[in-house]
This record gives sequence, structure tokens and C-alpha cells, in this order.
Amino acid sequence: MSKHVLLIEDEPNIIEAISFILTREGLRVETHTDGTTANARLRERQPDLLILDVMLPGKSGYDILRELREEAATANLPVLMLTARGQTRDREMAERAGVSAFMSKPFSNAEMLEMVRSLVTSRA
Amino acid sequence: MPRDTLTGSRIRERRIILGLKQADLARDAGISASYLNLIEHNRRRIGGKLLLDIAGLLGVEPAILTEGAEAALIAALREAAGQVRDSGAELDRVDEFAGRFPGWARLLADARARIDRLERTVETLSDRLAHDPHLADALHEILSTVTAIRSTASILVEPGGVDPDWQRRFHRNIHEDSARLADSSRSLVAYLEAEGKAAAESGTPQEEVDAVFEAHDHHLPALEAGADPAEVATELGAALTPIGQVLLGRTLRRYAEDARALPLGAVLEAVAETGPDPLALVQRFGTDPARAMRRLATLPPDAPCGVVGLAVCDASGALTFRKPLPDFPIPRFGADCPLWPLFPALSRPMTVLSRRLRSAGRETGAVRAYAVAQPATPPEANRDPVFEAHMMIAPEHGTRSGEPAEEVGVACRICPRTRCPARREPSLLGGPVGEEGF
Repeated sequence: MSKHVLLIEDEPNIIEAISFILTREGLRVETHTDGTTANARLRERQPDLLILDVMLPGKSGYDILRELREEAATANLPVLMLTARGQTRDREMAERAGVSAFMSKPFSNAEMLEMVRSLVTSRA
Repeated sequence: MPRDTLTGSRIRERRIILGLKQADLARDAGISASYLNLIEHNRRRIGGKLLLDIAGLLGVEPAILTEGAEAALIAALREAAGQVRDSGAELDRVDEFAGRFPGWARLLADARARIDRLERTVETLSDRLAHDPHLADALHEILSTVTAIRSTASILVEPGGVDPDWQRRFHRNIHEDSARLADSSRSLVAYLEAEGKAAAESGTPQEEVDAVFEAHDHHLPALEAGADPAEVATELGAALTPIGQVLLGRTLRRYAEDARALPLGAVLEAVAETGPDPLALVQRFGTDPARAMRRLATLPPDAPCGVVGLAVCDASGALTFRKPLPDFPIPRFGADCPLWPLFPALSRPMTVLSRRLRSAGRETGAVRAYAVAQPATPPEANRDPVFEAHMMIAPEHGTRSGEPAEEVGVACRICPRTRCPARREPSLLGGPVGEEGF
């Protein structure tokens, strides 16, 4: 069965591009755009990988991640964080929140794909 | 070594710059090469006709050789040494350094000036990037759009082929995003350009008021002479936004009340004796400390007490007025240093706090700050007063106080202070990372 990726991102064209790349790679991609309902959505069904934007409407990616890490079921869920704020301090903030991997926007498709492969494999 | 004994060094330097051999210059000047050698090493004094001849041969004014062109350079070197505490620079030999190694000395002075300029630029940009919500949003928008374009364009050019439907969709997306990017970029450029113009065109209403005061050096002779603040506000605030005009009117009414209570002539007379001491004005005029601080901050720039800075905040800590000093900047966009006495004053209403402060990471002098929080509204039965706090800042003059200076910052983002109990966010200026740097 193909691996399941949940993409939480609010930019429609980024969603479309990432979805296309990952689907072409054989992954099953589901998308969600609202920060406030992200955790509830994750409780419904857990993906093999969560790709999370930082700046989301309603709630930041950092807050979503912190809540995830506090719940036993999602404490070890692989999370790839994407952000337009790529400074070292932002990376450290993501690490403190419990991120598995961090990529600054704009990223290359190849690097993103490589990272996704490595994270879903680690889940296997 | 005194400067007037370095004439020989200057002759040597000028000769070498011109590529002249010592023997040739000596011959043309009618002296032996060994005598010129002694002159060039400052072992023989030179003056009179020989000096005039050598200056002529070197193509410089004799005064350049005797006095040196380095007076400004020496001043710059002294300033550079003064900006670094315990630098170990041999200030008593600065003349000799500038005379013997003018190239290195100029390099040092220029480097110091460049550092100053860059520090100011870094502060300004960091402050704006960290605290200007419009700029942060604009950059985020641009980066997000660039990400979408880059990812989509890569899909189209990468090997593997894309279904024609998807191709059309991606082309449309790129077209949309490129239009969005063009709009965001234009909007950002317009915003940045407007920043260089009057604050009235781009800032918040509070910044518009600040800009009006800045443009008039925080001193308004018309109000000092008793003019109607409403009329002055109409005149000065014609280009402001409607909210900016309201705020300006309110600020000018208060200025006029302060000026009536503490007339300019009497205040100037007082500060000539007591310096920028708000408590001295309180005693002398029977006024309240906040008014005394505001009055000191609206004196003309050539007042005998020097220029005084002022920050006023409401009970939430939001700044409602700012007059920064060169040695004590105040950020335009909130998020100031919680260590400023302005904020503790809010928890100790009616107590005047006096602190000696030094800006963290800046080798500038200490300043004296006074702060007080007092009601901003008249008393009403069974109603808590609304407080506001004032902080006045004055450069420290005269003898150095034995009181240690407390290190404070401008804003966390651009403050190098480590182990700060009040740090709210990490600094961009390096320092330890992790919990300590945070």
C-alpha cells in the first residue's frame, strides 16, 4: 500500500506542485489548508508523513507541531516543516518544537523529494 | 612624539609616494643624501628656505609637511579608541602613529567609520525586518510565490513528461503566480521608497506625529509664544492622515498646556543651573514629573542642558511618543527593551526612577534616565486611573558618576546582551544559541 502524506499548506499553487510531485512518486497525498483544524484532522487519521507550513491561517505550524508532540499517538510522527523564514533561529525554533526535518522556501523539488523519501522510509 | 617633529617623516612619505629616490631629492634640494636621510628620520630639524625648496620639489604646501594633514585623522583615531572600552590603544602616541603610518592610520579610521555606518544600517534593517509587520508580510508573500513558481517550473522542465492537462494547469499557475509576484514586488518597492519620504505617506498615525516633531527638532516656537494648538495642528498636519491629525492635535494641546505651565524663558533659566533634571523643575515650578520630562524634551536643541530624549508609553507598554537620542535609539515598531525604567515605572506608580544606563554592544557613553508612571486621566470616583509612563533620557555630562551603568538594549532582535532575564526573542547579532541565547 502506498505511503500516505498529509500536506498542510495554504498556498494553492504550492499545494498543487507538491501534490503532483509526490503523487508521481507513488505517494498518496492529502491536503489541508487551515491551521486551527489541523490537529483535529490529524487525530482522525494519521499519515506516514506530515508536511507542514509554518505560516498558516489560524494557527502557526510551530503550535501545531508542539501539540502533536504532546500526544502519544503523534509524538514520533515524521514532520517536514516548510517555511519562508529560513533563518538559523527559525530552524532552531522548529527543532525545539520537535521537527524531523526543516526546509526553507524556495526549495528545489529534488531536495524536497529526497527528504520526503528519507522520512517515509524511516517510518517503515 | 610631538607632531611638529614629524616633518621628516612626512617628507619621506611624500617622496616615496612620488617614487623619488632619496639621493635625487637631496641633489635637487642642494643637500647631501645623508643629511636628507637624517631629516627624514626626524633627527634634524628642517625649516626656512630648505623646507620651502623640498615642499616645492614634492609639490605640496610647506604646512602640509610641518603640520601634517592628519589633524582630522588624529581626531578620528581618538574617537575610534574611545569607542572601545579598555582598547589598550596608546592614546599618548596617536600623533606619532598617524605621522609614521598615515596609510594604516587612515585605513583604521576609515574602517571604524565604515563599521559605524554598517552598524547603523544593520540596526535599521534588522529592526524593520523583525518588527515591521508590513515588510515581514510582503517578504513572506514574495517567498511563497517564488516557491510556487520554482516548484511548478521545475516540474515542467524535469525529465519524465507531464500530461497535457497538467501542463496547461501548471502554465496557468505560473502565469498567475508571476503576476502576483510582480504585484508584490511593486508593492514592496513602493513601500520601501515611501519609507524614505515623509512618514506621513507610509507610517502609522503615531509615526506621522513623531515625524512632525522630528522635522521641527521637537520644539515649536509658535506654541511657546502662545499660539492656538488647533491652528498649529492644522498647519503642521495638513499632509497627515485623519487619525494622524487627531493624534497631532492631542499632542500639541498637551505641548501648549506644558508650555503655559512652564514658560520657556523660566525653564531655560532653570536648566542652565540644574541641567536636565526633571525633579529640579518639579521643585522649582511645583509641577508633576511627567510634565517636567516632556518640557525638557521640547526645549530648543541649543538649550543649555543639551538635547533630551523622551519615550512615553501607555499602561500596556505601547509607545505613544518617541524622541530618540543618537546614543539611545528607540525602535519605530514597538517591542522595546523591557529593562528600560519606563516599564518598571508602571509597576511603581508615582515613584520617580532614576537609572544610569548604557546601550548593550555600543561603546557610547552612559545616559541618565528618569521614569515615572502617573495617571493620564483625571480622578473619578470608584474608577481606577489610566496610567501612562514617561522616561526621559539625557546624555551624561561632566564628571563620571560612580554609579554602575545598567546595560539595556534597543530591542531583543538587535541586542547582543547575553543571559538577559528579559530576552523575548533571539538576537540576530550572534551570541549563544539555545535557551541561553534565547
